[in-house]
Amino acid sequence: MLIKTRDSGYLHPVPSEITPQPAYQGRRELLRLMAGGVTGAALASWAARDARAQMSGARPGKLPALSGVRSSVSGAVTLDKLTDYKDASSYNNFYEFGLDKEDPAHNAHTLVTSPWTVEVEGLVKKPAKYALEDLLKLSAQEERIYRLRCVEGWSMVIPWVGYSLAALIRKVEPLGSAKYVEFVTQADPKTMPYVGSRVLDWPYVEGLRLDEAMHPLTLLAFGMYGEVLPKQNGAPLRLVVPWKYGFKSGKSLVKIRFTDRQPATAWNKAAANEYGFYSNVNPTVDHPRWSQASERRIGEDGLFARKRKTLMFNGYEPQVGQLYAGMDLKKFY
Amino acid sequence: MSAILLSPVAKPLAFALALLPFGWLLYAAIANQLGANPAEALVRSTGDWTLRFLCMVLAVTPLRVLFRQPALARLRRMLGLFVYFYALLHLLSYSWFDMGLDVADIAKDIAKRPFILVGFTSIVLLTPLAATSFNRAIKALGGRRWQLLHRLVYVVAATALLHFFWMRAGKNNFAEVGVYALILGTLLGWRIVRARGN
Repeated sequence: MLIKTRDSGYLHPVPSEITPQPAYQGRRELLRLMAGGVTGAALASWAARDARAQMSGARPGKLPALSGVRSSVSGAVTLDKLTDYKDASSYNNFYEFGLDKEDPAHNAHTLVTSPWTVEVEGLVKKPAKYALEDLLKLSAQEERIYRLRCVEGWSMVIPWVGYSLAALIRKVEPLGSAKYVEFVTQADPKTMPYVGSRVLDWPYVEGLRLDEAMHPLTLLAFGMYGEVLPKQNGAPLRLVVPWKYGFKSGKSLVKIRFTDRQPATAWNKAAANEYGFYSNVNPTVDHPRWSQASERRIGEDGLFARKRKTLMFNGYEPQVGQLYAGMDLKKFY
Repeated sequence: MSAILLSPVAKPLAFALALLPFGWLLYAAIANQLGANPAEALVRSTGDWTLRFLCMVLAVTPLRVLFRQPALARLRRMLGLFVYFYALLHLLSYSWFDMGLDVADIAKDIAKRPFILVGFTSIVLLTPLAATSFNRAIKALGGRRWQLLHRLVYVVAATALLHFFWMRAGKNNFAEVGVYALILGTLLGWRIVRARGN
């Protein structure tokens, strides 16, 4: 049945259906703002504030503050959810303070971090001894949110504060003959109770190829979660190489040495068949005693959740893949 | 002492005590008391408790003889079954939390990693022991054959220890392995010395 209506578009049965003039003018104003890019700017500052809120929310308030500007280095700020500070500062491998994960948080309070000097030596034009205070000011402190993948099969996401190691390397001007960088960490039996245990050779030594050390993602870190590093995390300064297994990132550094020979590194000396010099995160090359294909994100992946897939170079392949072009990563594990 | 062991509450009490670690782990898992990596904590502590109960059950005979407490033998079967109980929990924790109950992945893992193979073998070897722990099985098998079968526990003591040793070998962290080796070595050594003396 045809229902005829006399509505020609001008009949409005309910007055409230009529859009009031200020409302449609407001819409025009909004469109004008968007066209002018003002909204974009407003949103950007809102987003930045939100990001900072995430950080300051995570700020534990336990140690002196150390803030950094958001890093603009490619890949330096992952959007993954941050690991709780409590987990990041109580579940650590730092064998100088004990072999269990809880030991460093209990025992590291004896470490004396001030005064602290770092010697830079070897094949460089300008070898130098840096006081910690000078190193802190050597370059602008940046905040970098990195994934951390432990060779044992767990991972965290940590907001570090520091700057690219490259800034320091440029200052000391490596010679053309320098091919590797060796990182020597503190080994003081008086303040580090497990130095001398037979697990590893002390001091704990790590190393990188010079081009790896120069990569902008290789971080010299002084803080995390907006504060100076807790002692159990490697205070007062440590290395963070996010695409390698965690043990490559030496803690409490005292010496940085430039050499022409591949350094003999601690875990490689202890078990060469299990821990190679490169130790890049690689889901396709298993540890002899366990698979590296997946990992458990601490504090996030529940007990019954399947472990998450481990990413090639810990997800930093776009940034660092070219460093290993043509290399057999099964051989150079 | 033997009065306590012979009292009717001895067995239920031992049973309750042996369940305490399980109860604690269950509570801690639910109450989020297992630290930053609960899965690892569960896999490791169920393994630790398996080794501890293995030491306890193997201590029954030496203690019974040395301290002339024949009543101790009443607890042997129960302790033996608790070894199997914690071993199964250990296997379940590994299969579930580490391997996501993926049977193909678990099979591959057993074939690939000697230390997993040795651990798995230990549980397989314990299975016929647990399965023949009731009285009728002893009768059906006959005392001698039953005893022979149950001597497999000595093999399991060695394989379980090897499993633990290999697990810690990567970090040259042998202090705890040494403690278990000393205890199990003493308990097995005592048996060898005694057998030779007879």
